[in-house]
Amino acid sequence: MELLANLSIGLEAALTPLNLLYCLGGVFVGTLIGVLPGLGPTATIAMLLPVTFGLPPVSALIMLAGIYYGAQYGGSTTAILINLPGESSSVVTALDGYQMARQGRAGLALSTAALGSFFAGTVATFLLALFAPPLAEIALKFGPAEYFSLMVMGLVASVVLAHGSLPKAIAMILLGLLLGLVGTDVTSGTPRFTFDIPELADGINFVIVAMGMFGLGEIIRNLENEEVRDVFSRKISGLLPKLSDLKQIVAPVLRGTALGSALGILPGGGAMLASFAAYSLEKKVSKNAKNFGKGAIEGVAAPESANNAGAQTSFIPMLTLGIPSNPVMALMIGAMIIQGIQPGPQVMTEQPALFWGIIVSMWIGNFFLVVLNLPMIGLWVRMLTVPYHLLYPAILVFCAIGVFSLNNSAFDVYLMALFGVLGYVLSKLDCEPAPLLLGFILGPMMEEYLRRAMVLSRGDAMVFLERPISATMLILAAIGLVVVLLPSIRKKREEAFTEES
Amino acid sequence: MSGLGIRNQKDFYSGLLFIAFGAAFMWIAQDYGFGTARRMGPAFFPIILSGILIAIGIFIGVRGIAVAEEPMRGFTLKGVVLVIVSTLLFGLLVRNAGVPVATAALVAISAFASQRFNWKPTLVLAIGMAVFCVVVFVYALGLPMPVRGPWLGG
Repeated sequence: MELLANLSIGLEAALTPLNLLYCLGGVFVGTLIGVLPGLGPTATIAMLLPVTFGLPPVSALIMLAGIYYGAQYGGSTTAILINLPGESSSVVTALDGYQMARQGRAGLALSTAALGSFFAGTVATFLLALFAPPLAEIALKFGPAEYFSLMVMGLVASVVLAHGSLPKAIAMILLGLLLGLVGTDVTSGTPRFTFDIPELADGINFVIVAMGMFGLGEIIRNLENEEVRDVFSRKISGLLPKLSDLKQIVAPVLRGTALGSALGILPGGGAMLASFAAYSLEKKVSKNAKNFGKGAIEGVAAPESANNAGAQTSFIPMLTLGIPSNPVMALMIGAMIIQGIQPGPQVMTEQPALFWGIIVSMWIGNFFLVVLNLPMIGLWVRMLTVPYHLLYPAILVFCAIGVFSLNNSAFDVYLMALFGVLGYVLSKLDCEPAPLLLGFILGPMMEEYLRRAMVLSRGDAMVFLERPISATMLILAAIGLVVVLLPSIRKKREEAFTEES
Repeated sequence: MSGLGIRNQKDFYSGLLFIAFGAAFMWIAQDYGFGTARRMGPAFFPIILSGILIAIGIFIGVRGIAVAEEPMRGFTLKGVVLVIVSTLLFGLLVRNAGVPVATAALVAISAFASQRFNWKPTLVLAIGMAVFCVVVFVYALGLPMPVRGPWLGG
């Protein structure tokens, strides 16, 4: 069994005391930021990236991955307890979860979310181990033309499946690609868009862009209307579900896991789309449909399993193809590049310990989340009430010090401020920052693949359509764009993201 | 409707912004060699990208004139200015005055942006963060940042 052999490589890498510690630290920090108001996983991972540069690559990526799925978990805790989804993927959990909490069933809602997530995480980890190798195998045969088309398809899919205006998202991708080109051109040595500033000669560090647009941008956005959080004062009890409860959630958990795993693999899918889709599906098929929105346990179980499965399987395109499906994956790719690892299908064969170590650590991390967090719920409830006006100055300090420490350069801090303004202004104009970050990470790679493909084809752009795999991917991208622009589908797409109303 | 023609400010201004970015990138890239399709020069990819960006910017902007939607609101100038100024000040102070001064200034000035600003907890937070950063980042993690910069005789 090759799978077992691979998983044992992973176990060996993930079970070292040091890596267990980083995994635990990651899920702890992730849960923390999930519960803390106004701090998202993208900004947090960007903040912590400079700290991980000194670590071995396996430990660094294990910790970053832990933050990502830990945040999903923390986000659902706030959704259930105070009706404020900590992350966008737990928006639908708030619908029934908060109602359950109001009926005095907060403990049951929390444990349902935890157990559903754990089950989904376990399944998704196995899917990852099962499907990643063949996918990487195929991708190893890709030439530059295929890679270029793959990136086009990945970027298009990430905006087609995300919410918001499509033209704006594409414009944000293009802006990101252009910003990614700032710095010295590798082929000709020409400094591009550097304004003769020496700090720009090596390009803009992606940490600066992420922290500016997500960290600072988010803070300014939160300052627009500062909400007051209601403290959930009642004691939480009844964490252990009864047998009848378990029976009720088995089917929703299974359906949520299946749907979430499938949607997570798609670029741009990930956790958020998965939870929305799972909730809609459950509402349609459940015998208990009339109770949805009034505290139906299925309405917690399905989306929570789905978002965790989606979060897990969104690692598949990142680990096997080097294509980010969401901003967090884009940061993971950036972290790999800084660690000297070229993301792509060769990671699996050249760095088996890293590849399988991350996969196994996810299962361990999910286990930690259940075992540690349910007993620690009291701590998280207290964290919920940290006042934002005392929290954001501290976040700013961590952003500033983190960016400064990249190169010991004050210029980087100024640049982060600039991206903060840009991110805020763009978000006020309904332009989401996520596609920009994806484009920013992929910009230099895309240019390189385009250039190589064109050299090989002697300048004939038809190469992208003549090679079957490349043509298929471009056609899929084109279909995706056309389909979203069709009025009837566009309406459906908007509906899918407005479940909360 | 205000008969001014621009019915969706968000679309109109984002369109303008994208056109401006596209034009700037294209204008600067003109100085680099375009090359040929076979041997792409440093200007090749950026000029194609900025061309598409300008086209989409025009599309979004025109749509903003034609299609109505809710206007933009809730822009927090105070938030932007204080967060940005305090961040810039941190960049200026961190090497010249040292970590504790830069940290305390960043906390104190940015905290002022909140409606719930209160000087007592802010002062405690500023001092606390300054001490925390010196202990953790300078002493424990050994980041090369001065505790006392040249402006303070360090």
